[in-house]
Amino acid sequence: MTATVGRQAQAAARASEVWKVYGSGEAQVVALRGVTCEFEQSRFTAIMGPSGSGKSTLMHCLAGLDSVTRGTVSIGETTVTGLGDAGLTKLRRDQVGFIFQQFNLLPTLTAKENILLPLSIAGRKPDPAWFDTVIETVGLQDRLDHRPAQLSGGQQQRVACARALVSRPQVIFADEPTGNLDSRAGAEVLKFLRNSVREHGQTIVMVTHDPTAAAYADRVVFLADGQIVSELIEPTAETVLDTMKKLDSQVEVGD
Amino acid sequence: MFRATLKSLLARKLRLILSGLAVVLGVMFVSGAFVLTDTLGRSFDAVFADAYEGVDVNVSAKPTMEVGDFEGEAVAAPVPAETVERIQGVPGVADVTGVVAADGARLIGSNGKVVTSFGPPQLGMNWVGASDLVQLREGREPQADDEIVVNASLAKAGRVAVGDRVGVLTLEPKREFTIVGISGYSGGRDSIGGVNEIMFTTPVAQQLMLGQGDAYTNVTVTAADGVANDRLRDDVAAALGADFEVKTGAEVSADASATLKDGLSFFNRILLGFAAVALLVGTFLILNTFSIIVAQRTRELALMRAVGAGRRQIIGSVVLEAVAVGLLASVLGLGAGVGIGALLAYVFGNISGGLDLAGIAVPPAAVIGAFGVGLIITVVAALLPALRASRIPPIAAMQDVATPDRPLTKVTVAGAAVTATGATLLFLGLGGHAGGNTLVTILGGVLFAFIGVALLTPLVSRPVVALLGGIFSWWIPGKLGRLNSGRNPRRTAITAAALMVGIALVTGVTVILDSTKSSISGLAQDQIKAELVIGGAQTGPRPPTFDPAVLEKAAALPGVALVGGAYGDLAQVGDERTWVGANSDVLTLTQIFGARATAGDISRLGPDQMLVSSDVAASRGLSVGSTVPVQLARAEAKTYTVSGIYESDELLDPVTLPVTAAQGFTIPQPIAGFIQLTPGAEPADVLPRVETLLADSPEVSVADRETFIEQQTKPLDDLLRMIQILLLLAIVIAVLGIINTLALSVLERTRELGLLRAIGLGRAQTMGMITVEAVVISVFGALLGVAVGSGLGAAVVEALHDEGITDLVLPWADMGTMVGLGALVGVLAAVIPAVRAARIDVLGAIAHD
Repeated sequence: MTATVGRQAQAAARASEVWKVYGSGEAQVVALRGVTCEFEQSRFTAIMGPSGSGKSTLMHCLAGLDSVTRGTVSIGETTVTGLGDAGLTKLRRDQVGFIFQQFNLLPTLTAKENILLPLSIAGRKPDPAWFDTVIETVGLQDRLDHRPAQLSGGQQQRVACARALVSRPQVIFADEPTGNLDSRAGAEVLKFLRNSVREHGQTIVMVTHDPTAAAYADRVVFLADGQIVSELIEPTAETVLDTMKKLDSQVEVGD
Repeated sequence: MFRATLKSLLARKLRLILSGLAVVLGVMFVSGAFVLTDTLGRSFDAVFADAYEGVDVNVSAKPTMEVGDFEGEAVAAPVPAETVERIQGVPGVADVTGVVAADGARLIGSNGKVVTSFGPPQLGMNWVGASDLVQLREGREPQADDEIVVNASLAKAGRVAVGDRVGVLTLEPKREFTIVGISGYSGGRDSIGGVNEIMFTTPVAQQLMLGQGDAYTNVTVTAADGVANDRLRDDVAAALGADFEVKTGAEVSADASATLKDGLSFFNRILLGFAAVALLVGTFLILNTFSIIVAQRTRELALMRAVGAGRRQIIGSVVLEAVAVGLLASVLGLGAGVGIGALLAYVFGNISGGLDLAGIAVPPAAVIGAFGVGLIITVVAALLPALRASRIPPIAAMQDVATPDRPLTKVTVAGAAVTATGATLLFLGLGGHAGGNTLVTILGGVLFAFIGVALLTPLVSRPVVALLGGIFSWWIPGKLGRLNSGRNPRRTAITAAALMVGIALVTGVTVILDSTKSSISGLAQDQIKAELVIGGAQTGPRPPTFDPAVLEKAAALPGVALVGGAYGDLAQVGDERTWVGANSDVLTLTQIFGARATAGDISRLGPDQMLVSSDVAASRGLSVGSTVPVQLARAEAKTYTVSGIYESDELLDPVTLPVTAAQGFTIPQPIAGFIQLTPGAEPADVLPRVETLLADSPEVSVADRETFIEQQTKPLDDLLRMIQILLLLAIVIAVLGIINTLALSVLERTRELGLLRAIGLGRAQTMGMITVEAVVISVFGALLGVAVGSGLGAAVVEALHDEGITDLVLPWADMGTMVGLGALVGVLAAVIPAVRAARIDVLGAIAHD
């Protein structure tokens, strides 16, 4: 039960022998084929892979947004697999944060209200010191009373990041967070994510197909054809790109 | 293009059905009205065709007045008995029968209560022998003066049988008779058209129903073999001269049926009125649905423009959708209308005591009305969204256009203008400045006021919705719901406006009726100086009456100071038809009603004298000493001299005749009695004694003034309930509108809902959020409705000030109920959309692009 005690880095999220199969018969698609993977606490992990490799599916399964066909997923000490709606809702409130490609802010709320929304929903008071820290880190002090429509894309995504951070979840899942941003705004967001890991010990799992973005992570996990095929620690854009190229050629050979 | 339209239509089945439902309901009322009147009309035709089956020619006297009083039927003068002999001498006549048949023969049933009728007359007739149509089922014909035959429907209603001794009220007070026979009609029918009949011997019928011997209501003639009816008609007419109306049986039957059908047009108008309300609300609904659909299809429509569709084609495609919805709704509405019409006809037949219904048919008017109304309303409502759709630029297909919040200036200015027009029309109509079109002007004013307020609603919605929503802000789903309801002011406004219409109408009607009631009671309370009142609740076309002898006996009771019995009827006074009254004691005017003389003496009245109100005196140029010819319903014309003038007052009749004249009224018995007690006498002591006197007058009772006032205003309460129930329909349609708006909003915000769920919003919280949104919209609509309705009601009450409606009563409790109902409506409307929102698949909502 607590086999993690002796470990150096405790796992914030874990997938064991996870299979995900869509459809049946002729139309059957196997998205994940027995993936086993751990995401250590206070690390910034990127999941990469060519489109169709199953990287988004893996993240959705880890976050409890999608069910797994076989195997188990856990976040912290919570086994996600088999949770009902109420359990999943509680999990999302207390242990998980999300950052989306589309920002997904509520247009009716101000930046500040958007950031505090998860806490309000859960009926919790924000820790004022932590809130100030988060706001300062994302640099939104003078934008708090603006509505999303009055903010640039980069600012909106920083609001979304702050929203994920403010409740100090066990793990933040980021789905192509820079996909809708220009490279400068993207770099800002990535730096900010990396800082929150380094300085505040936040755990982040990010799905991306951009090698530059992946280079901000501490570790990159590569997926192809529903399986983990490779891994890089302390990656750079170049090493990521090389690995990707190799994977592409393997896939071509495999075809 | 056509195929694309149909496809998108099919893809949006549910929401179009929801908005189409409003049209279905409206069309249902329109076609139902036509089906009902058509069915009942044909049933009446059949009834009268039956009743005049054996009559070849009918002779009656020319009416003394064109139209009588209570039912609007012509009050014909009796036909002298010797006419029968005169007709017998006409060649070609086989048989002549003098018939007495007049309304107002009321049987006291075995329970001591008078058998009442809700419409069909209660005929008192002479027994003219069995025929192909009328047969004796039991017993024998009446031979002695105290013997009667009743028809089977009356025997059943009164639970009486052959051999029973029963009381009958006629022109004279209660008399006792023995039932010696029970009659029925060909085909085993108990009654023809629900009419109850009591058949006396001829002299008794003449005395009790006509008030004079040697006369008949009409004379029926059968033709000898080989003589054509119209030929005989002309011969009889020539023999009798100009004082008589001679018609063939078929003509009389058609005339009688036509009179009843006129009465039916009243039903028709009521139903069409509700159809109009339903369709008005439906228009808002359709406008909203199409607006939302166009907004959601922006990309799709822009793409069509980009690949070469012209503006007209875009408009065409939206209008085509509307046509399809309108057509479908009309078909369904027509079907439902036929059902409703048939149901109402059945109910009507039952209430009226067994009208044999003709088969249900769908008259062309119902079909034309259904499709005309259904299509026009739908297309007109879709036109504005269609125009908006045509203005979408092709570039919108490429961009992610956040539809900018268009400024509300234009719509607000338009709203102010339309509201002002409505207010002006109302002012003109209610102020009586609209010439002959008062009703049209007022209705137009109400319609414009509704549309105007609806246009102003978006502007009002912001602060009001913010304020309302403030109640829920402590709760995060509540706050989100409130923000959502303020998100699209136009959409919120139209949805709320649809609810406003129904609630405003209910509130307005309540204000008017409550004010009327309060004014009447106030007036009666303040001005009638009588501790006890004799009267009854009127259930049919005839007011309840009682034996005039009671008045004298009551006056002799210890403790009684003055008794006034009131009589009334419409009469031809000079050249105008006017309501005339008579009091058993002329002192009633001054002592009980507080009349004040402005000229002459109003405390006495000779047999040839009359009193008039100051209004009548002024409008006709009468003064003390003027002479006026008066034609009463059942008396020779007579000239009266004005002996006094009193100040006009709602309690006083415009013209007061001496009590002797009451014998010539349609109903020559008092319809109310006012008893003033001597100082110190206890009402509770006198009341039981008066009660004893009324033993033979079961239609009325004696009560203290408060109870009497309550009794008199009760019909207003009943009317109010009826109108409220019917107007609930408009509210039901508005609920459909709220469901529709919410369902579409949920669909639009799928991604947002997914996100909220992803960051931890529970299912119950999601449902709470949607419910708050609905409640805010519906309470907003209810508040608007209460405000607009109070305004309209107050305007009407103000306009009726001169008619004696002086109190303005705002029904706070009812208004509170309306707002409460609004909240409830919101909760109900939210159920389906909320469940849908809670079931949204989180992953599907946020992952799809």
